[in-house]
Amino acid sequence: MFDTLSGKLQAVFERLGQKGKLGEKDVEEALREVRLALLEADVHFRVVRGLVDRVRARAIGSEVLQSLTPAQQVIKIVHEELVGLLGEPGKLASGGAPPQVIMLVGLQGSGKTTSAAKLALHLKKQGQRPLLAAADPYRPAAVEQLRILGRQTEVPVHAESAGDPVAISRAALQEARSNHLSHLIIDTAGRLQTDNALMGELQRIKAAVSATEVLLVADSTIGQEALRVAETFHTTVGLTGIILTKLDGDARGGAALSVREVTGVPLKFLGTGEMLEAIEPFYPDRMASRILGMGDVLSLIERAQQAVDLDQVEETRRKIRSGTFDLGDFLEQLRQVRKMGPLDQLLGMIPGVGKRLAKAGEDEAGAQDELKRTEAIILSMTPVERQRPELIGGSRRRRIAKGSGTSASDVNRVLGQFRQIQQLMRSVPGTGSRRNIDLGRLFQ
Amino acid sequence: MSFSIGSLRQAAAKTRSAFRDRLASVFSKSELSAEVWDDLEEMLITADVGVSTTENILGELRGRERKGQIREIDGLREGLHQELVARLNQGISALALDDQPVVILVVGFNGAGKTTTVAKLGRYWQQAGKRVLLVAGDTFRAAGGEQLNIWAERLGLQCIAGQRGADAAALLFDAIASARARGFDVVLVDTAGRIHTKTNLMDELGKMRGIAQRQQIEVRTLLVLDASTGQNGIAQARAFRDAVGLDGIVVTKLDGTAKGGVLFAVADELGAPVRFVGTGEQPDDLVVFDPEAFVTAVLE
Repeated sequence: MFDTLSGKLQAVFERLGQKGKLGEKDVEEALREVRLALLEADVHFRVVRGLVDRVRARAIGSEVLQSLTPAQQVIKIVHEELVGLLGEPGKLASGGAPPQVIMLVGLQGSGKTTSAAKLALHLKKQGQRPLLAAADPYRPAAVEQLRILGRQTEVPVHAESAGDPVAISRAALQEARSNHLSHLIIDTAGRLQTDNALMGELQRIKAAVSATEVLLVADSTIGQEALRVAETFHTTVGLTGIILTKLDGDARGGAALSVREVTGVPLKFLGTGEMLEAIEPFYPDRMASRILGMGDVLSLIERAQQAVDLDQVEETRRKIRSGTFDLGDFLEQLRQVRKMGPLDQLLGMIPGVGKRLAKAGEDEAGAQDELKRTEAIILSMTPVERQRPELIGGSRRRRIAKGSGTSASDVNRVLGQFRQIQQLMRSVPGTGSRRNIDLGRLFQ
Repeated sequence: MSFSIGSLRQAAAKTRSAFRDRLASVFSKSELSAEVWDDLEEMLITADVGVSTTENILGELRGRERKGQIREIDGLREGLHQELVARLNQGISALALDDQPVVILVVGFNGAGKTTTVAKLGRYWQQAGKRVLLVAGDTFRAAGGEQLNIWAERLGLQCIAGQRGADAAALLFDAIASARARGFDVVLVDTAGRIHTKTNLMDELGKMRGIAQRQQIEVRTLLVLDASTGQNGIAQARAFRDAVGLDGIVVTKLDGTAKGGVLFAVADELGAPVRFVGTGEQPDDLVVFDPEAFVTAVLE
């Protein structure tokens, strides 16, 4: 269920690899996995079909068949196609006389009110002066919700307890103008795209305030329906962008791709948590990685390159090859990982690992403590013990536990982990000699 | 648009028309060609039924075709109907509410429609002659409590709410004491929306369940699932089941064109029964789920 696309493709090509040269039929089998992964990520059926056709055209007769690493080649092509489909990094339209008017529209429960407050805070942090307007007189307490969020973000809110959303929006614009504010963010009521009366209301609001941005707020867990929703909102109201919300769960957000592909409307922001700071500009490469379940490998590599000493890596590699990787090296590895940043973020970036270790990663403080404990235990060993952990018996174990302020069972646990890593390293085929360590295999 | 009568048939009208167009094209073919099977696959997947459930269904149908049980298009239609109904019929039994009081936890993802559903369920059991106490357990979202309070006033129901940020489990503890003292039958608890991968928030639900159970109170858990949810619905249902158990699902927002196809996948993988369907924004827009009628409405 949680197998990543890279893992599946690796398996396909490994099986095929044993029979020598790869042919077009083999690529078909890989494409089947690509198709399944995209459909499971809720990318629309038709969009998947088009994408798979393009990947096929590029894969067949190209570098893939000759490559030593066909799985990576296919992933690379799919990833590139996705990035291409997803368009440009998101940013708000600018220019024109202030206030810029931003309308948030969407289905019920997609996260409009929360997104409005997040967007306001985001703008405020950039030195802008936004005004929030509550144009949802239908849902009970919706206006109150925005008022509270306005207080929390210290952004003024134009709220009227009753009335026509068009008139409210017009009055809000007046207020923004007379107070010389930079942005007006209008939170509209949730509505179904099939509701003609309410869709007409959006058209009237848009005309009354000459909105510069009409952003569709869409839940990242939405399925194939996303396409129809976006199409209808786009044709009746005219969208300028999309905010994809609730991306802090495990939804892949494939709907984003369908919507972008079919309507051409760009993604602009992502909602990534319940806190009001949790909004970030959209980046196509990151979204593509997420849809493929690849994790944010690019960011991980960036961080690793910043934190890791390359000579050290070469040294470690040599030790693994010669079988002299000891607890001292293990400690060095742990320290390097720590230099790369908070553990839960790192785990989330590693393909396939994010989900499996989500529990461990979520308890960030606990994970950091764990690293510190492990470090203390190894530091309490003598250099000889670090090289030859098999020497550690009952009495040495007690001394190490005492020295590190832990218990004998903690010491055992670290020794167990180290043994597992040693085994893992031995089991990685061709380490060093044949080809590079295949990260994908480690994380399957 | 209004769904004041709130019949499933009406709610499914749009679902039906979208589905029907495609079905009409699938079933307009005269023979069971490869194209018909492909179209059927596309139809199920674009209804959010999901790849593996679609493959299971098509596998069953192809098996029947091989055995000669399905020979022509009408047989395929009938077979599809049976397969879909069979999936939804898994685990179906009446929701037992005999104990007094019984606590019903209404849980789900952010924005699924929990608060509105709690109001509708309150109305439903109120009309069935039960004494219903609403508990505004969403103490996280700004104005979450106010929203339920407004519903309670409109419906003439009692509602217990706490301060924003208050401990929902403590609120439930008070609600149970109050229900016992004042003779309520059903304690209907709204909870804060939560993303199912956040273990600390899921543990909080387990704590609420534990509070009731320690007082020898029966707890039923209903998961609210948005009909437009895609394959993530399966992960949601599984995580909530593992955290607090699952006595049933309430599907919401089935008044658009969303087909709620993920229900088939959820039923296929978890066997959790769908209990109610939300069909609009009014308090009466709630109907008891009927698998046969749902599938008929969808395929008609």
